[in-house]
Amino acid sequence: MTKEDCKQVVLDIIADIAPDEDLTNVKPEVRLRDQLQLDSMDFLDIVMELRKRHGIEVPEAEYQQLASLDSCAEYLTPKFNALAAKS
Amino acid sequence: MNTRSHYDVAIIGAGMSGLAAGIRLAHFGKKVCIFERHNAVGGLNSFYSLEGRKFDVGLHALTNFVRKGVKGTPLTKLLRQLRIDRDEFALCEQKQSRVAFGPAGETSLRFTNDFAVFESEVARQFPTQIDGFRRLVERIKTYDDVSLEIAPISARSVVRGCLNDPLLEDMLFCPVMYYGSAQEHDMEFGQFVIMFKALFLEGFARPLEGVRVILRVLLEKYRQAGGERRMKCGVRKIIGRAGRADAIVLDTGEEIQATHVISSIGAPETERLVGVPPAGTELAAGRLTFVETISILNQQPAALGWGSDTIVFFNDSPRFDYACPTAPVDLRSGVICIPNNFDYGPNQALPEGIFRVTCLARYDRWAALPDDVYHNEKSRWYADVQRSARRFLPALSDGTLSSATVATDMFTPRTITKFTGHIGGAIYGAPVKHRQGRTPLENVYLCGTDQGFLGIIGAMLSGISMANYHILQKS
Repeated sequence: MTKEDCKQVVLDIIADIAPDEDLTNVKPEVRLRDQLQLDSMDFLDIVMELRKRHGIEVPEAEYQQLASLDSCAEYLTPKFNALAAKS
Repeated sequence: MNTRSHYDVAIIGAGMSGLAAGIRLAHFGKKVCIFERHNAVGGLNSFYSLEGRKFDVGLHALTNFVRKGVKGTPLTKLLRQLRIDRDEFALCEQKQSRVAFGPAGETSLRFTNDFAVFESEVARQFPTQIDGFRRLVERIKTYDDVSLEIAPISARSVVRGCLNDPLLEDMLFCPVMYYGSAQEHDMEFGQFVIMFKALFLEGFARPLEGVRVILRVLLEKYRQAGGERRMKCGVRKIIGRAGRADAIVLDTGEEIQATHVISSIGAPETERLVGVPPAGTELAAGRLTFVETISILNQQPAALGWGSDTIVFFNDSPRFDYACPTAPVDLRSGVICIPNNFDYGPNQALPEGIFRVTCLARYDRWAALPDDVYHNEKSRWYADVQRSARRFLPALSDGTLSSATVATDMFTPRTITKFTGHIGGAIYGAPVKHRQGRTPLENVYLCGTDQGFLGIIGAMLSGISMANYHILQKS
């Protein structure tokens, strides 16, 4: 999985959690919270959807790694690839 | 005993909060079952059929309404958390509502889903109070009302710190209390904030077909997520062992094991499932209960001159007294709801007129009556309640109204207990709320009325919050 694929995975999850948000111009380097109306309940859902759909675990202490799309990609892409290598 | 059912989570009660908790948990892969004693879902907010007509109970209006695009409010959070598209609720906005005080409603404050209307009404009728009112509104807007850990303060004292006209103070408390306070005379400020926002800063709406539309959406989401549900299957006991619930026992005697139990039936009611608490230590049940009259009319209320008001909160006395009355019904104050007066658009209308009136009542004056006396009392109070409420609506002769009336019904505190199991018919549960939903058993949590988020949106958020907080965040 590339970092771009990974960003798309996160965007797809946000689109399902917050269908009322416009995701066409999300800037990857800007914090998601600063450009979208996402609260802590929404972030919890991103974490839980990652686990439900992709088997990716994000411990609570590492939630801040999901701040922006870029940081999501940095943090999650190796996890996705490690998981793919195992299966 | 290996065949005993085991669930990750057993939920007691299929009301709004139990269903919402169930949807969250099932969506995230938990094995969940909701146990409901009745054959209908909805609990306090349900519906029934009588002689071919469908009646709503509970819901006058869905509070917390905000228009599409407004974010960060309870309605939006709820829709996101339950993955509901707002069009599924098909909400139609109120026309206007009023708070009408005085023997014939001489002082009246109109409000709509546009807060500026209410603010200008306050400015016009209470010019000396408007600055204080704006300060109060600012304080309400910035208050963290969903915090699960905040010290309780008196709402009366906060409001009095901003306003010094008792009439305006009471006119603010009347709708807020009627739509959600389990406490007499005063409220916890956090609860006041939740309701003030829900009623005034947000607003009222309703699906054309009423509460069943909302319940249908919830049931469908729950089913799709894989949740199980057992109807006509109450829980009669929670077996506690070493500080934990070991199993629940159904009315049928069947034992069910569950890792977690979420109870939506109320704090004192849940306590009784666990066992008889030592005398003097039991949780107090609420004392606030209501009667409601429902009249079905053979024409639209607008044809009778009642076309503008959606909800009217009324009080005829110098002070508004929100307390358990000594009489079976307190006729001095109440709430009128005319469900026809939502804006359903040009091509939709309810097929018949509906006129509902709710008043405070006293449980023990209704509970013990023999059946024939009970029915006589109902007819007598039905007439009195209607007469009292009509003082606050445009005048209509007795003859005109009675010839337009094609059916009537009335619920009493006794009906509420029968269908919800709430002790003493206490609609809004016990006066003391349990924000974190904890009980003496570490794997039993409360949601719904006694957790303390109010209104039907609040009830659903309560189920969501407790499922998130106690179960999903920890697994």
